[in-house]
Amino acid sequence: MISDERQRAVMEHRLSGLKRPESGWSAPVRSEALAHIQRVGLPSRRDEYWKFTRPDTLVQASAPKAALFDNDESPVFGEVDRLKVVFVDGVFDLELSDELALEGIVIDRLAAVGDQGSHWAESVYGKLEQRGQDPVVRPLAALNTAFATDGILIDVQQTPSKPISLIYVHANETSDAILHHVIRVNEGAAVTILETGPAAARFNKCMEIELADDSELHHVRAQGRDHERRAATHMFALLGARSQFKSFTLTVNGRLTRNEIYTELSGENSSAHIAGACVGDGEFHHDDTVFVTHDAENCDSRQVFKKVLRNGATGVFQGKILVKPGAQKTDGYQISQSLLLDDDSQFLAKPELEIYADDVACSHGSTSGAINEEALFYLRARGIERAEATDLLTLAFLREAVEEIESETLADEIVSRLMAWLLRHRPE
Amino acid sequence: MTISSVTEVMDDERSVKDGVDQETVDAVQKISSYKHGWETDIETEYAPKGLTPDIVRLISEKNEEPDWMTEWRLQAYERWLQMKEPDWAMVDYPDIDFQDQYYYARPKSMETKPKSLDEVDPKLLETYEKLGIPLKEQLILAGVEVDEEDIANRKVAVDAVFDSVSVGTTFQSELKKAGVIFCPISEAVRDHPELVRKYLGSVVPMSDNFYATLNSAVYSDGSFVYVPPNVRCPMELSTYFRINAENTGQFERTLIIADKGSYVSYLEGCTAPQRDTSQLHAAVVELIAEEDAEIKYSTVQNWYPGDEYGKGGIYNFVTKRADCRGDRAKVMWTQVETGSAVTWKYPSCVLRGDDSQGEFYSIAITNNYQQADTGTKMVHLGRNTKSRIVSKGISAGKAQNTYRGLVSMHPKAKNSRNYTQCDSLLIGDQCGAHTVPYIEVKNNSSRVEHEATTSKVDDDQLFYCRARGMDEEEAVALVVNGFCKEVLQELPMEFAMEAQQLVAISLEGSVG
Repeated sequence: MISDERQRAVMEHRLSGLKRPESGWSAPVRSEALAHIQRVGLPSRRDEYWKFTRPDTLVQASAPKAALFDNDESPVFGEVDRLKVVFVDGVFDLELSDELALEGIVIDRLAAVGDQGSHWAESVYGKLEQRGQDPVVRPLAALNTAFATDGILIDVQQTPSKPISLIYVHANETSDAILHHVIRVNEGAAVTILETGPAAARFNKCMEIELADDSELHHVRAQGRDHERRAATHMFALLGARSQFKSFTLTVNGRLTRNEIYTELSGENSSAHIAGACVGDGEFHHDDTVFVTHDAENCDSRQVFKKVLRNGATGVFQGKILVKPGAQKTDGYQISQSLLLDDDSQFLAKPELEIYADDVACSHGSTSGAINEEALFYLRARGIERAEATDLLTLAFLREAVEEIESETLADEIVSRLMAWLLRHRPE
Repeated sequence: MTISSVTEVMDDERSVKDGVDQETVDAVQKISSYKHGWETDIETEYAPKGLTPDIVRLISEKNEEPDWMTEWRLQAYERWLQMKEPDWAMVDYPDIDFQDQYYYARPKSMETKPKSLDEVDPKLLETYEKLGIPLKEQLILAGVEVDEEDIANRKVAVDAVFDSVSVGTTFQSELKKAGVIFCPISEAVRDHPELVRKYLGSVVPMSDNFYATLNSAVYSDGSFVYVPPNVRCPMELSTYFRINAENTGQFERTLIIADKGSYVSYLEGCTAPQRDTSQLHAAVVELIAEEDAEIKYSTVQNWYPGDEYGKGGIYNFVTKRADCRGDRAKVMWTQVETGSAVTWKYPSCVLRGDDSQGEFYSIAITNNYQQADTGTKMVHLGRNTKSRIVSKGISAGKAQNTYRGLVSMHPKAKNSRNYTQCDSLLIGDQCGAHTVPYIEVKNNSSRVEHEATTSKVDDDQLFYCRARGMDEEEAVALVVNGFCKEVLQELPMEFAMEAQQLVAISLEGSVG
């Protein structure tokens, strides 16, 4: 709830310049989302859910300036055969994108079909986000639902031949982008979604995923590199029986990143694996906030998060496993670990369990510490220089999260990016 | 079924089941209901209901306090008026009407302070006798069997607090010889103002939180301990809290100071009569450990938990904190939480001195409609500081049990270490077990490890016990005692035995 006038002013200031369609299938849910924000307000530093991350720059009226970053590397997943969908500062780029057609799937753009009277996405758009507003409110996701300017709506009827790759280009120092994607995977189908790039000076992105029985979604994301952007992203996934949801995120610097993932296992025997690797060097703040709800029997969930931090970087992990009454035979696992390479960096974690069923096996672990001196000594005794040995151990540490990616090609790509980054950031 | 008939059944069964551990049988035999639920029929003098500055002054006056203390209380009262009741804990209870409570109740016979235990109302002495806490100096805690020769070495000094006043403190003269001060805090305020003024509120500031502030305004009594430098306290110290009067809150305040190089072990026990209406208990405990000092603080909290339908019971809102002020200071909290309808309690350690150590061992058992939100905070400020947290939560019936904790490594706390283990056990599919740890690491030479698991009572272990002729309740009690072992073994002997039995009793009716 909005507790004071200042908070109300912040909210009104933020909403003042934003526009949303007044008609079309998305209009009603957009109004509901707006009403929700007006009721609960935007995140403030006093919110328990924002204890470790200051939301100020995410809720201020306009995007803080972010210098453009000249990336001399080859594009991430450049070698992978994929269907490219390109957004420049949140605006769809027809030239850079492939034709939005692929056998087995139907792709629409929110901006192109939003004013239609009806659309299949109506049953998902804003609906999964609404489910994710309880027990913790996520006003930035509601803001996204209300004011998203574009996004893609993918209906996966049959397994497509290649991954769909969302590429976000940042070209304007003060761009402020709001994108909302909806992905529905029908019974028995499987799809891989790739996301790369910094997107904008400030990026608010929401992705809703509905998985029918026996379906699969693999998500691999690399959130740009060494840039100054700020991002708040949300993923909402609803899992049917025997479905599989796998998501991996690589975060490499960026001024501020808050990635929230809300997963609901609502069909029996479904499985959710969520992983993240993050490297931070310098004034960098990265927050993974994960919420897994078990609401059916025999489901399993895994959360594996690894963070390497240096030169004043801050890593945050808030993870929760909620097992609802009746969700027996749940197997819930969660690990969050940080490697602090110097004394200036910090790791803040809140790994939670909330359990209302007795026949479950749930565990979480969290560790934080410096690099293992003994392991370092072992490598150095074999003639490997300190800097290189440190890199090797760091990579080994991160690899556990990367291994959660099912596709070897994609995992190798992530590892090579990590290696390149470590080399570039090797202390003098 | 009456209690006696249960016992009969047990006796019958005992003859059948050879080889069953006698301890287990005894524990299960005691499964009847809350055994401290009776009430002492005694004339009680109350302050008028409600909370006003006049009530605060009245409490201060009753305790014959100096002006500075009265002022301190009034200041706390003013702060309290500005504060909001915290709502972040995973507990749910009806709104408390703070004006519908008595803030001071004292047995009429305590009007003129008894000079020695001999002058204390026999009814009061009887109460403690019945609770197993004899206020006679030659005796140790009842129910503990030790060799005759051992008795001399196992003395326990007791401060008995009844509603708002301390009834008596044993072994005071013997402790005095060692230089140890152990007395009701009301007495300490009068007799040792220099110590009280220096330390009171220095660990839990007056306006620390809603309940601590309320306590600062209206605390009526509690225990005070001062152990001088390089003294090893010659016996265990203990306070036994008893709530007797109806609609009365108990607000005790405990202050323990272990000066340089000293050692003290302190035990705390609590019970209350069985009533339909809930009662409030908001205590503050402050521990100060100077250089090389060590304090061991053990609690068996067995306030009335309410009945099996969740009616009645104590609301236990307690602030406990230790300050390891000097280098190499050590504080160890051990708690067995089986009582109370609602528990809100986080015994914490501020590890300020270099090489200081904090430990927290906890068993929290909730059954029926009980709710517990408990844990610890370990705040590492000094270099090479160490902390260890072992928490065992057991939830049965329709109860909710939450571990909530914080481990914080400050930038200057180089080379520090924390290990945390939180295990939860669920008995039945109507209860909940939750873990909410906060971890903040701000330097890289420290290591923090946190582990938590949640599971149900292992079927194989139950089967093993059942195959040896135990019934299900006995088997569960045994398995649960095993689950709690790491914590039970940290308790002083007197408490460990009581705690083991409590573990079994608290789970009454949770299986089958």
